[in-house]
Amino acid sequence: MSLELFLLLAAALFSVGLFGALTQQSIVMLMMGLELMLGGVIVGAAAVWHHIAPAAADGQVLVVLAVTVMAVEMAVGFAVVTALFRAREVDMTDMAAELKE
Amino acid sequence: MLDDVIFWALALLAVAAGVMVFRFDSMARATYALLTSLLCVGGEVLLLGLDYLGVVIVLMMTIEMAIMAVFMVMYMMNPAGLMPMTMVHNKKGAAVICAAVFAVLAAGILLAPWPSRRGRASADPTRDLGRSLMGPQMLTMMTLGVALFATIVVTVVLATRRGRYDRFGDDLKARTADDPVRGGVGR
Repeated sequence: MSLELFLLLAAALFSVGLFGALTQQSIVMLMMGLELMLGGVIVGAAAVWHHIAPAAADGQVLVVLAVTVMAVEMAVGFAVVTALFRAREVDMTDMAAELKE
Repeated sequence: MLDDVIFWALALLAVAAGVMVFRFDSMARATYALLTSLLCVGGEVLLLGLDYLGVVIVLMMTIEMAIMAVFMVMYMMNPAGLMPMTMVHNKKGAAVICAAVFAVLAAGILLAPWPSRRGRASADPTRDLGRSLMGPQMLTMMTLGVALFATIVVTVVLATRRGRYDRFGDDLKARTADDPVRGGVGR
């Protein structure tokens, strides 16, 4: 398995996640797209660590960072959806856009 | 040879499950498809020799998707997919953008002169990670810790039903909250 194959997998996951983040109206589904994009980042960072600089732990730290971002994104996302639903009974991005008015 | 087979199996399953997340009508199935995709990501990380991080990803994603399934049932209007409906906008435009992003990324990946491998992984990469986080990457670890703590505070504040203005009103000098049930000593 070459570095390029792992990075192509990462790019595919990132692109599929981007499609979900761009198209989905439900905020929860939008968050699923973001999770897939971060999954791609994790595969890419781990592959770069393994194939380019396995002696240094910096690539592993990047994976830890991405995993933490996933956890934070999900927790804050659900809290925002909860607050939004309490305030306006809205769970769709198109309806949430009215909040800026 | 075995590693190649495992890589291709996990990679194809990860991408296929990722695509199915946005094709299933049932929100529960979409959650399990995302779980499958992210478990495959954990498997790929294990394949790269990062045992600790791979297991962390597998455990974390399992729990995270279980929580996500609960939230989907709470908020989605059609969690079981019994009445198929589309909740998407600008599907064609997004597909073009995503195909272009993948093409640009793939071109960069295939055309970039990647540096050759420098050094060898130690026998225990987990120990290297721990020593790095407790040494030269201490600032990263501290930042992550503060971010996680801030996340706990922010999520509680956002999700709580009664906020500061609900309890104390507009008067910033108010000493007692207007709670429906009084608490504390002498109630």
